[in-house]
Amino acid sequence: MAQKSFRQALNEALHFEMARDPRVIMMGEDLTGGAGANGVKDAWGGAFGVTKGLLGAFGPERIRDTPISEAAFIGAAAGAALTGLRPIAEIMFVDFAGVCLDQIMNQAAKFRYMFGGRAKTPLVIRATYGAGSRSGSQHTQALHSIFTHIPGLKVVIPSTPYDAKGLLLQAIRDDDPVIFLEHKMLYDTVGEVPDGAYTIPFAEARVARDGKDVLIIAIGRMVSVAEEAARKLAADGISACIIDPRTTSPLDEDTLLDFTDKIGRVVIVDEANPRCSVATDISALLADKSFDALKAPIKLVTAPHSPVPYAPNLEDAYIPTAAAVAKAATSIAKR
Amino acid sequence: MSALQLSHQDLLKIYRTMRMIRRFEERVMAEMATGDIPGNTHLYAGQEASAVGVCLQLEEGDYISSTHRGHGHSIAKGVDIDSMMAELFGRASGTCGGKGGSQHIADLRKGMLGANGIVAAGAPITCGAALSMKVLGSRQVAVAFAGDGAMNEGVMSESFNLAKIWNLPIVFVIEDNGFGEATANAAVSAGSFTRRAESYDIPTLEVDGTDVFAVYSAAGEAVERARGGGGPTMLHVHVPRYYGHYSGDPDTYRTPEEKKAMRQERDCLVSFRRRMKEVSLLEEAELDAVDQEVEAAIDQAVAAARAAPFPPLSALTSDVYVKYL
Repeated sequence: MAQKSFRQALNEALHFEMARDPRVIMMGEDLTGGAGANGVKDAWGGAFGVTKGLLGAFGPERIRDTPISEAAFIGAAAGAALTGLRPIAEIMFVDFAGVCLDQIMNQAAKFRYMFGGRAKTPLVIRATYGAGSRSGSQHTQALHSIFTHIPGLKVVIPSTPYDAKGLLLQAIRDDDPVIFLEHKMLYDTVGEVPDGAYTIPFAEARVARDGKDVLIIAIGRMVSVAEEAARKLAADGISACIIDPRTTSPLDEDTLLDFTDKIGRVVIVDEANPRCSVATDISALLADKSFDALKAPIKLVTAPHSPVPYAPNLEDAYIPTAAAVAKAATSIAKR
Repeated sequence: MSALQLSHQDLLKIYRTMRMIRRFEERVMAEMATGDIPGNTHLYAGQEASAVGVCLQLEEGDYISSTHRGHGHSIAKGVDIDSMMAELFGRASGTCGGKGGSQHIADLRKGMLGANGIVAAGAPITCGAALSMKVLGSRQVAVAFAGDGAMNEGVMSESFNLAKIWNLPIVFVIEDNGFGEATANAAVSAGSFTRRAESYDIPTLEVDGTDVFAVYSAAGEAVERARGGGGPTMLHVHVPRYYGHYSGDPDTYRTPEEKKAMRQERDCLVSFRRRMKEVSLLEEAELDAVDQEVEAAIDQAVAAARAAPFPPLSALTSDVYVKYL
């Protein structure tokens, strides 16, 4: 199978689905970049190069560069979804959801329910998230917990190039609003990605690594941190199993509970702030439904309850590390 | 547009729809007092000529979005009053199965994209509907109704900008009743609304919203421009608001004299009747018959709503998603 980057996998999914379905359109800031200027068209292909080549393939009617105006274009994407299109809107950094949260949480997420089931909103909002690029507090947050909290939204947070392509195709074909979160530090990671189209259903967690002593549930980019921790743990004679939920809404509760029942020792790793988060939510789920199987307290390894700092040493300390995950796993492995 | 250019049927339709909105609102106010309509509503009475004048220019496939004061727009766009009344009563037979209520009445089959509990939120959504029309190559247009309060929300300006740069088939109808909730527009709005839109190179028209023919004429120009590919227009429509901001609002910030004068001098139904008499187009008796017909329809809607069952408890968590797990 071909080796491709996370970025390339996403680009392939967008190309494929736009070619397959004329109702799919895209909009966002600098989605092409350079459109309207005299230089090369498709100059940027989005701030991270994910949408490169789409303008040339599909034209400016379907690939729209927007003004820096999130409330207007996310609202327009929601309205377009309500009236026959299948829009993909890009929020360059998920932090900017703050300026259009009304359109996400009060409008797109609510149409179907408020209208008594007589509407559907096939909208995908793609956004980058995550720390590690020295970009400061307003360009690095991990906000999946906030979106997961809101009924009506689905939240996808892929960890590998293979999953990125399959989950994005699934998201575009889904009839509900989907928040699709891409970690900036994952764009250059490489993995096996088939050339053809394939979809990965929502609420199907992936067993990233099998093991029997400790269960590590890791979200998004934290899967690779967990994998590094598992290698360390293996050297110490501890066998770690890693589960990647892939979607936090809907959540594959069955797989999480099955593996908790089997292993009995759980570490949850998330880059998001800890309070009222996906990590605490999963922890509560396991405590509620698998309490008797637990052989040790559930351990959470998350960012601290602070904004993301700028100074390199502080940002590195903010992001959960493999060492911290290994330490948490070791602390419960022998109990 | 002169009244003389409209057909007898259209004139009757205008009167019937305005009357229906007025009586619907007056009846809702009365039913609120019985306690059978839960929560609160925001009544449109006084502004009927605006919704009716605009919507008479629209086709069934055209879209509108509305505000928290959405009953009038819904009726004018052809949403069935039985299901609207049932929605207000919170019944399963309501437009939204009782799950939306007054501020969320929507009927996509009629092109009604929803009332909205968030001020100005309908503007970008309507841009999206207009974008759909453009991308799908249809000749349909979209109309975003908003109040004067919405004009001070940033997303309104963002929507003007988007509509213009994308040359969207959209009409923004700003219904200025002089108050955003209890705060006078004059106290909180700088400059002029039309100049704001004009600064985006969006053509504007200022209209007396108690004159249904003036609204119809202005809307006709705007809708024709949108349908013909000429892009957005903004109508600044001056309307009275007969009741307070919401149905329980004692409305003490306006003097009794002001309110009385407003009802005496700016009633679109009275002026319509006077106009019809002047030009001898509709007989008094015909109009009286419409009044009776409307009255019966509203009685029936209320009776049916009151008799209808509430939604089953299973509806509490249904329709959050098309498909979840």
